[in-house]
Order: sequence, then structure tokens, then C-alpha cells
Amino acid sequence: MLRVMSEKELAQKSVEYRKKILKYIYQAKAGHTGGSLSCIDILNVLYNHTMNVVPDSFDSPDRDRYIQSKGHTVEALYVVLASRGFFPESDLETLCQYQSHYIGHPTRKVHGVEQNTGALGHGLSLSVGTAIAGKLDKRDYRVFTVLGDGELPEGSNWEAALSASHYKLDNLCAILDKNTLQISGPTSAVCNTDPVDEKFEAFGWAVRHVDGHDIGELTAAFGALPFEKGKPSLIIAHTVKGKGVSYMENQLKWHHGVPDPKQYADAIQELDLLKETLSWAVPGNLT
Amino acid sequence: MDATIENIAVSQRANLEVFSGTLQHLAQTDRDVIVVTSDSRGSGKLVPFGQQFPEQIIEVGIAEQNLVGVAAGLASAGKKVFAVSPACFLTARALEQIKNDVAYSDNPVKLIGISAGVSYGALGSTHHSLHDFAVLRTINNLIVVAPADNFETEQAILLAAETDMPVYIRFGKKQMPLLSEEEKTFEFGKGRIVREGKDVTIIGTGETVAPALRAAEKLEREHQISATVISMHTIKPLDYDLLRNIAASGQPVVTVEEHSVYGGLGEACASYLIQNNFHNRFKIMGIPDEYTVTGSQTEIFNHYGISEGGIAAAALGLVR
Repeated sequence: MLRVMSEKELAQKSVEYRKKILKYIYQAKAGHTGGSLSCIDILNVLYNHTMNVVPDSFDSPDRDRYIQSKGHTVEALYVVLASRGFFPESDLETLCQYQSHYIGHPTRKVHGVEQNTGALGHGLSLSVGTAIAGKLDKRDYRVFTVLGDGELPEGSNWEAALSASHYKLDNLCAILDKNTLQISGPTSAVCNTDPVDEKFEAFGWAVRHVDGHDIGELTAAFGALPFEKGKPSLIIAHTVKGKGVSYMENQLKWHHGVPDPKQYADAIQELDLLKETLSWAVPGNLT
Repeated sequence: MDATIENIAVSQRANLEVFSGTLQHLAQTDRDVIVVTSDSRGSGKLVPFGQQFPEQIIEVGIAEQNLVGVAAGLASAGKKVFAVSPACFLTARALEQIKNDVAYSDNPVKLIGISAGVSYGALGSTHHSLHDFAVLRTINNLIVVAPADNFETEQAILLAAETDMPVYIRFGKKQMPLLSEEEKTFEFGKGRIVREGKDVTIIGTGETVAPALRAAEKLEREHQISATVISMHTIKPLDYDLLRNIAASGQPVVTVEEHSVYGGLGEACASYLIQNNFHNRFKIMGIPDEYTVTGSQTEIFNHYGISEGGIAAAALGLVR
């Protein structure tokens, strides 16, 4: 089992992941850039801090499960799985290439991926089923799923939300990557789902808000699960689409924009600077 | 001895009842057998199952998308999951979940479409499933089955529980005659020869096999025409070996299904035959592309010729 990372290491890791996300999207000339950058801190904390899942025990019935409902930000998932040793990172050189297993949405052909997703509004039902099985088998595993705020109008989410509370699935935690933008514009303008916390609470969930880029807030929230015994938990992670690359942040065109060589170089430079700042800002040995 | 509908006891149950009984039997020895329902435990005859195994039945309410998604999640955790819902809702409303969460994700859910075809009769088109073969045939990694009688239903359920592939099984709620008392083997993808003849072959599936068999007897009785009758219980994978043998005999072929004439058993057979240079005379019987006439299942069948007389007439038309 891999050791749990400190907050400082996690913060460093997030910068590394952002660079890799950009690298592979840049190379593949395809990818969901903005959303991968908005959810990467969540995935980082899940895989490097919270979840009990490593490559060697991926077939264990007791492993924690992660199901990515917003499948399109698969680049975030792939770079985290690679860094956790599920597959060699060099595999990502083939991302979206002819005959590659590394397609533009999560697929179980890639080691470490629990479910094939990509069509929106599927992850929560899959998670509910998996969580019910855990309860039936009296296993301690937990099920995590990242939802996008843009996918919430899919009615199947709300069907699943009902079942989750009906079956008192306190082994289920959904994380809403609330980056407030979707392909056509601001989520509030496309189909407003706010106040989303009240909606989920009305559906019987225990809800908390966090800054989705604050490692400390994320680890604290995951550490406090379940928020209420007998209820599924929702973490509303307030995030920024394109987070970490200033010219991408909150810019709609980076939903699936691919940087040109100059933009790519600028982004990497910005992230390198950030990493340097982080290493000075937080004392301690980073080995 | 060839099976005849008259010499077989008509003491049979609805395939639906055989399904629920078989499932109850399975659950007695296997805690991993799980039924997921969408307010369909009554229509699925699953009330006794729920009473006997309350921990092994998951109710999601009237929410078919969630039904299939939850079933896929359960299957991924090792459960033998039967997702039970009227075929019309299961295969239309939850089609994306069937395609992605079950077939594409390779979660071996057993999708059980109850009251299939026009079983709901006069409740009308919202409750009919005349599209399910067509849409499900195009989805990779899914076995599509329509058992004809109690034997096939029981075997299909038992086999589905053990197979590690996703399976769709659809049947109606009408009492069905047993097509043969001698049958011992059942395999997905292997059609069942219910009656052997030399002049014409009638290929039915599901609840159309019984009228096909009656039609064959009528042809023999009234026209001295000897008909082969096949129960092609598995629509996909289709039994190409059997089709090849039938086609090679030169017999005209009539297909009969409780489904749109588009995209189902008939077109699947035709596609195979024409691409393999067989040019047997050929007729597809089913529900035509129109607003389906109002009536009971039997009345609808009769209206569209899915009946002893209608199928016999169609066969006769090809033979002469």
C-alpha cells in the first residue's frame, strides 16, 4: 500500500498533475482541458490521501471505488492513475490515437478505471448500485463519484439521488465539481441548478461546501465522512474551470480547447513558477 | 414424434410465472442473486420472492434509468443481478444505460423485459415493445433472447444467472403451451427445431412459435404440406449454422415475430441469407409500421396474421 501524502506533497502533486494534463492534451491535440484542471485537486486528494485503492489490490472486493460521472475530464483521471502506478505514464503518449486503449472517456480497458462513463448522468446510479452491494455484503469500502455541475439536469442523477438516501448509503460520497461553466455558457444561464445544496438536502443528503482547490479543505471534508450516519454525503467543491493557468481560468473556450505551442509553453512556465513558490512557501523536506 | 400442440398438455403457465419461480429457486441457494425492480414486483410476479428474500430485492421506484444503472453497479460488485421492468420502458427509457452501463462496461446484468411485445394489448403503444430486438441487436456485448415456452424460459433464466455476459430476456404474461416434452438441451445462440418438415420452414421467436406450430399442423392437415418449425429463441447471436442448413434445403422461409417487421428476427435472417448467396423465397411476418390496432394480444396477433390461419396462408403463398 502506498503511503498517504502530506498536504504539502499533495499541493506539489497537483501542480505536477496540471502540467501532465496539459502535456498530454497538447500532444493528443484533444481533451477536456478546463474541466480536467477544475477537478484535478479532488482526484489528487482522493487517490493520494483518502481512498484505499492501489494497483495490486484493484481486484479486491474491499477496495474503495471511484466512478467518474463527468467522464469527459478523463485526462485528470489518467494522470492520477498513472502516477499511482496503475499503468506506465508513457502509455498516455497514445492518448486518443488510433487503436489506443486510452480513449477520451474512462474505459475499463485502462487499469484502474472502475466503469466506462462518458454519457452524462450515469455515475451516480452506478455508484448507488455499488454502494448497495457493499452494504449487502457488509464490506467497509466506500464509493466516490465526481459529478459535473453541467450534468445535473440529467434526470437520472435525481433518480439516483433518491435511491441513495432511500437506502441510507452513508458509504457513498459524491463530489460536485462546481466550476459553474459548461459548453454553452454559465451553468446558471444554461439550466440553473442552484441552490444545489438545498436540493440535495431535500433529497436526504448531508451536504458540505469546500474550496475545491484547497487541499486542506478537501482532506478535512473527506476525513469527516460520512457527514451524517445513514445519509449519503455530497461535497460541493467550488472550483474554477481552467484552474492554474491564468489565461484559461473561467474562459469558456478552454472547455475543450487545446493550447498552441506558445500557449502551452506559457502554461508550463506559469505552473513551474507556482511549484517553485509552493516549495518555498511551505517549509519541510519534499523528498 | 413431432410435437403437436394438441397432444401436449395445455397445463402450462405463463413464462412470467416460470421466470419468477425459477428466480426464487435460484435465490434459495445463492445469496448473490439480486432482483432490482422499478415498482414492478407485482407485474413481475415477484411478491413471493420479495417476501422470502427481502434482502435480495432492490426497489428503485418508477425510474428505469436508475434501475439499470444501479443493476450495473451491483453486478460490478459481483452480484447476479436481474433488472426487471416492462420491456417497453426498460429498453426505451433506459436504452443508454443498457448500452453504456451494462453492455459497454461489461457488467453482466440480466435485463428482464416483462409483458413484452403487445402483451399489454389495449393499453396501447406506450406499453408495447416492438422496437427492442432492433435496438438491442445493434449493441455489442449483449445476448438477446425471447423464450417461447416454459422450458425455454426456465433454461434461459438458469443460463443467464451463470453466464458472465449481459443478457436481455423478454417474454409475455400469457399461458404458453409446451412445444415439446422431449427437450433436454438449451443453449443461447442455438435455435430449437420444434418440428421437422420438408416443404417450408417457419421460424418464430417468443410467443409467436406456438401459432407457428399450429399453422404447421394446419398445413399438414389441410394441404399435405410438411413444415419445419424453429423456435429461434436467441435473436442475437443468431444461429447461423441452423439458418444455413435450412437455406441449403431450399425450403421457403417464413419468419414470425411479436415485433416490428423492421430490424428484428426477420431482417436478421434475411441479412444472413442474402449475404451468403441464399435466395430462398422469404417472408417476414410481424407488426407492420403503422399505429398498432387496438385489441388484446390475441386480437392484435390475429389482425396482423400472427395466427394459425395467417401464418399458414403466408407459408402457402411461398410454397405454391
